[in-house]
Amino acid sequence: MRIFAGLFLLALASTAVFAQTPADFLAGYSQEAKQANPGHGEPSAQRGQRFFTALHGQEWSCASCHTRNPAAAGKHAVTGKLIEPLAPAANAARFSRTAKVEKWFKRNCNDVLGRTCTAQEKGDVLAYLLTLK
Amino acid sequence: MRKKCLTAESAESAEGAGVFLLFLRVLGELRGKKMKGMMMRKPPVLLSACLLVAGTALPAHADGERFDVRNPGYQSECAACHVAYPPQLLSAASWRAVMDGLPKHFGSDASLDPAAHAEILRYLEANAGRRDTTAAGKPQLRITETRWFVREHSEDLPRDVWKRPAVKSAANCAACHTAADKGDFSERTLRLPKGVQK
Ligand code: HEC
Repeated sequence: MRIFAGLFLLALASTAVFAQTPADFLAGYSQEAKQANPGHGEPSAQRGQRFFTALHGQEWSCASCHTRNPAAAGKHAVTGKLIEPLAPAANAARFSRTAKVEKWFKRNCNDVLGRTCTAQEKGDVLAYLLTLK
Repeated sequence: MRKKCLTAESAESAEGAGVFLLFLRVLGELRGKKMKGMMMRKPPVLLSACLLVAGTALPAHADGERFDVRNPGYQSECAACHVAYPPQLLSAASWRAVMDGLPKHFGSDASLDPAAHAEILRYLEANAGRRDTTAAGKPQLRITETRWFVREHSEDLPRDVWKRPAVKSAANCAACHTAADKGDFSERTLRLPKGVQK
């Protein structure tokens, strides 16, 4: 019995640690951005929207694939493949797994900016996505 | 000839009657061969002969080509950006070349972590086509540039078909092969979008 109870608690504790919500990601990016630059304020949805829709010296913007309305489905700019909505309000699977989120930030930022995104940029984008209903 | 039609039907007949299962097992080996052979066209005469042989236990659609693309790693990593192209459509050498270039994959960063990379490469190599897909001594990277693809799409299509807005790119199989995401390239699921008819 004890062992079971212990295992149960352990399972609870581990889900508490590993289950991620968009708010967890936002807090993480915000903290990371402040560490990198102590003068830095909170993530800004406005800045995020500008970042999302602007070109950054390459061929595509984030909106090229996710559209200017990331609460709706997008379409891959090259292949035309459907992409499920990016906004967490429209797609509960978004921003729930660190490995997946970071993998796509890495790939997509590389395609759009030719470099990785900073914590501030990621926080801004997420703040923007969280304003979409 | 007979081989060809029976194996096409076996692709879907798992739902069929129990007696048929034994029959299927015998065909298993032929089916594998056929998938790799990529024979696309089947004359109607042949089709009706097949239906006669097989009887009514078979589903009505015995046309065309189906591939198994249900590999979890392949689906989650590759099919996020494009249809899960059947591994049979490139040779193992071509797949190795594709996988070697993922950080610059046709202009996109498609890099994978080492574990996923190894798993997916293994899947592609194990299911690769036997047809040679080299050009000018180099493994081809684009299915759409292989001799087989070009031949298959040379008839009855407008020249600029790949540029039409509804198609966008030759890589967009699903524009016409409406069940391409399930590996189903049969005639039954083929629908030319509006304005693409000749
Ligand atoms: C070339 C097309 C393309 C571009 C450009 C693009 N993305 Fe994506 N993005 C994708 C695809 C494909 C996925 C994964 C699809 C899926 O999971 O349904 C994805 C997934 C993501 C995810 C994963 C979210 C999650 O938890 O599932 C994030 C975050 C993301 N993109 C952000 C961005 C940002 C920020 C930009 C601009 C810097 C951008 N994307 C530009 C195609 C693109």
